[in-house]
Amino acid sequence: MAEKPFAITLDVGSSLANKTGTWRTERPVYVHRLPPCNDACPAGEDVQGWLYKAEEGAYEEAWRRLTVNNPMPAIMGRVCYHPCQTACNRAQVDETVGINSVERFLGDEAIKQGWAFAKPETSTGKRVLVVGSGPSGLSAAYHLARLGHAVTIRESAEQPGGMMRYGIPAYRLPRDIIDAEVQRIVDLGVVIECNAKVTDIPAVFAEGFDAVFLAVGAHLGKRAYIPAGESARILDAVSMLHDTESGEPPMLGKRVIVYGGGNTAMDAARTAKRLGAAEAIVVYRRTRDKAPAHDVEITEALEEGITMHWLSTIKHIDAGAVQIEKMQLDEKGFPQPTGEFDTLEADSVVLALGQDCDLTLIENLPGVVIDDGVVQVADNMMTGYAGVFAAGDMVPGERTVTAGIGGGKLAARHIDAWLRGDAWVHPERPNLASFDRLNTWYYADAEKTQRPRLDAARRADTFDEVVQGLTAENALFEARRCMSCGNCFNCDNCFGVCPDNAVIKKPDGTYEFNLDFCKGCGLCAHECPCGAIDMELELT
Amino acid sequence: MTVTPLKFYQVGSFAVGNRLLTDEERSEQSNPNRVNALTSGHRACQGCGEALGARYVLDTAMAATDGKIMAVNATGCLEVFSTPYPETSWRIPWLHSLFGNAAAVASGVATALKAQGKTDIRVIAQGGDGGTVDIGFGPLSGMWERNDDVLYVCYDNEAYMNTGVQRSGATPPAARTNTSHASGPEPGAHFNQGKFLPLIAMAHHIPYVATATVADLHDLEAKVKKAMTFRGARYLHILVPCPLGWGSRSDETIMLSRAAVESGFFPVFEAEHGVMTSSKKIRRRIPVEEYLKPQKRYAHLFGANGRPDIVERLQRIADHNIEQYDLVEKGAEE
Repeated sequence: MAEKPFAITLDVGSSLANKTGTWRTERPVYVHRLPPCNDACPAGEDVQGWLYKAEEGAYEEAWRRLTVNNPMPAIMGRVCYHPCQTACNRAQVDETVGINSVERFLGDEAIKQGWAFAKPETSTGKRVLVVGSGPSGLSAAYHLARLGHAVTIRESAEQPGGMMRYGIPAYRLPRDIIDAEVQRIVDLGVVIECNAKVTDIPAVFAEGFDAVFLAVGAHLGKRAYIPAGESARILDAVSMLHDTESGEPPMLGKRVIVYGGGNTAMDAARTAKRLGAAEAIVVYRRTRDKAPAHDVEITEALEEGITMHWLSTIKHIDAGAVQIEKMQLDEKGFPQPTGEFDTLEADSVVLALGQDCDLTLIENLPGVVIDDGVVQVADNMMTGYAGVFAAGDMVPGERTVTAGIGGGKLAARHIDAWLRGDAWVHPERPNLASFDRLNTWYYADAEKTQRPRLDAARRADTFDEVVQGLTAENALFEARRCMSCGNCFNCDNCFGVCPDNAVIKKPDGTYEFNLDFCKGCGLCAHECPCGAIDMELELT
Repeated sequence: MTVTPLKFYQVGSFAVGNRLLTDEERSEQSNPNRVNALTSGHRACQGCGEALGARYVLDTAMAATDGKIMAVNATGCLEVFSTPYPETSWRIPWLHSLFGNAAAVASGVATALKAQGKTDIRVIAQGGDGGTVDIGFGPLSGMWERNDDVLYVCYDNEAYMNTGVQRSGATPPAARTNTSHASGPEPGAHFNQGKFLPLIAMAHHIPYVATATVADLHDLEAKVKKAMTFRGARYLHILVPCPLGWGSRSDETIMLSRAAVESGFFPVFEAEHGVMTSSKKIRRRIPVEEYLKPQKRYAHLFGANGRPDIVERLQRIADHNIEQYDLVEKGAEE
C-alpha cells in the first residue's frame, strides 16, 4: 500500500462506481405511439413517417415511405378530404399541419423527377385479375404487383381511373396527373386493358387467373320519383360529369338546379357554371352543416357564385320552372315539410342524390350476397364465391377515393395471403399519441402555409385547376410544422435534461438509457416534446 | 399567403438540439462529446435541478475555454453529493475548503494563477444560495469589489436543502421551510425579508451579472459563454428547483423553472457594469398560482383553508418584476 497523506486511508475513485440505478422505482422506456394522422388515414399512410423524411428535405425518401401504402400521392394531394388533418394534434396549438399540401408536393415532385417504383424481386407465378381501374382497383393492383403477383386490370371505359376521371371534374384533378400516376403503376408491370368489360367470372378463372378482385365502383345516379311535366329537362349528376369528361357535355340552359347536398352535387353545380350556365342553384333538404358535402367544397362553390337553397325539397318539375317546398328540422334533425311553397325558374334539373353500383356481373354468381345495393364480403374481403374479392364503393363503407385506396390495399394483402393458403392478420395497433402526452412548449409558433387558390372570378369559366401546389420552400416549412407525435425526432431533450447523464446518444442520432445510473426521476419523459418516452414501474 | 422564413425548425431554439440544426445552432448539451463535468454516480436526489445546472454551466465553460477551468466549491448539496469520500463525480480540477470561503479561495486561486503567468486558466466558484447570499457573502462582496477574475455561480434552490430545508436569505415569501413554518397569520417565510443577490452584485458595478434557469438551456449557455469573454468579477445566479425542499415531483424540475419565468416570479436578465442590458421576455404568461400550486412548500396557500390574499401578494411581486425588468414584449399583451 502506497504511503498516503495524514488521515487518508482510501484511494480516490470516481463516482462511476456508485450505480445509482438501484434507486429507481420507475424506468423510462422509448416508445412508438400511433400518431392521430396515421390513425385517421383511410389509406393507412404512415403520415408522420414520411413527413419526418420531408422535414429533412429528403423528398424522394419521403415519397418512397408514402408510397409504401399509397401509390397515388399527386391524386390524393388534390382530392383527399384529409381526415389526417382533422385529427392532427397541432390544431390544438395553432393550426393543423397542411399534410395534404405536402403530399401533393411530393406527388408532383415524383412526376417531375420521374421517380419509379422498385420492381418486386421475386415472382409468385400467380395471376390476379382486377375488374375496374378506379382508386381501389389501381391500389390493389399496385400492392399485388409489389408482392410479386402478375396483375391485369380490365376496365370497361375508354381510359383508366374510374370515378377519378369520370366523376371528379378536371378543375379539381387535372387529367395529366391521373395519367402520370397510372403510368407509374403500369411501369411496375401491371397490364391495363381498357374497353374491356368483364361479363363472366367463371370464364375468367378458366382463362388462368388465380384470383379476381372486383372494384367496379358506383357509377349509376340514384333516381328519385319526382312528379315532372312532359318537357322537363332532368339529368343525373354522374352522367353529366361523365359526359363532360368524354367531351360531350350536356345542354343545360342558362339556369340549372342541382338537387342534393353531397360532393357530387357541388361538383355538378360548379361544372354547370363552367359549361356556361349563368346561374347554378343547389337545392338541399337539410342545412349546410348537415349536408354530406365537405365544407371546403361548399365554400369553394359559394366563392364561385353558386346559390344554395338549404331546407328545400323539389315537389314538381316543369319546363322552365321548379316548385320547391320549404322544410324545417325537427328535434331529431330530420327535415319536415312546412307546407310553404316557392317556385324557381330553371332550364334543367340535375339530380345528385347518391350513386348505385352496377352489380350485373355478379348478381347471379353462386354464393355472392348482395344487400342494400352493395356486395357483402367476409372479414378477408372475399365474396361468397371462392377467389373473388371486392372493395371500394361496391362494398359497404365510406365512399371516397382515399377509402377506395385503403380498401384496395387491404384486399391485396388478403388476396396475397389467400393465394398462399394463409390468412392475413392486421398487426396490433400501437396506443394513440394523444395531445395530452405532448409537451408543446418546445414547438415554435408557426402558422399553416395556405396553398394559393385560383381567383374565383377567373376559375368559374375554366376547368383549370383551382387549388395550386406548394413551392419547395413552403413544403419544407409545412413538413417541419409536424410535431412528430409519439415518435422520437431526435431533439436531444432527453439527452440534455438528465441530471445523471444516464441517456446515451448513439452515433445514428438515437438514444439509449443507461440503467446503471438512471434514478428514474422522469424528467426525460416529462420534457419529451412528442411523448415518445413512457415511465414504467420497476417490477422487482 | 402568409410570408414565412424558410429556415424554420419544428422546435425552434427551445429544445436541447435537433437533427435539422447545424452543430453550431445546437446547445453544448446536445454534443455527444460534452465534458460531463459532473459525471454519473453522484448522489443528488432524483430530478435535482442543481446537478443539472452545475453540469450545464461547467460543460459550457469548458467548451468556451478549451477545457481550461478550475472550480472552487462552497459547502452545500453540490459539494456533499458529488464528493463523498473517497469518490468524486468531478471531471475537472475541483477544490472545496469551507462553507463561507468559496469566493475567497477562488480569489486566491486566480491570484496564484496570475502570479504563475497562467492567465489562460479560468476560475469558477460555485455554491448554493446559503453559501452565497448568507454565509459566504462577505468574501463574495470582497471578491466583487476587488474585481478578482472569477466567475461566481450561485445555484439558488431557495433554502438550505443539504441540512434539511432551513430558510435562507433567498427563500421567497410565504414558502414553508423547517424554520419558517406554515402556521399563524403569516405562514411561511416573511414578506419584506431576504435579498435578491443579483441586484447587490450589480451595485458592485462588476463587468457582468446575469440570471438564468435550467429551463432555458440556450439562454443559460449563452450567458456562461458571454461571462467567459470578460475578465474580472462576474456573477451568475441560476434558479434550480429542489424536489425535496420544494415538495415537487422529480419530473417537474424543468417545468417549475419554466413556470417561475413565465409567471414573472423569477426575472431572467443580464447586466454589464451595473446596468441591465437585456431581459428574457415571457412567451406564454401564466398566473403565479400555476407556479406555486405544484409545490408543497406553498400548499398552505391553497385548498379549503387557503390564503388567496397571500397568493395575491405573490402575484403583485411577479407583476412588479414584469415591470421592473421589462419582461413582456411591448405590444404583445393587453
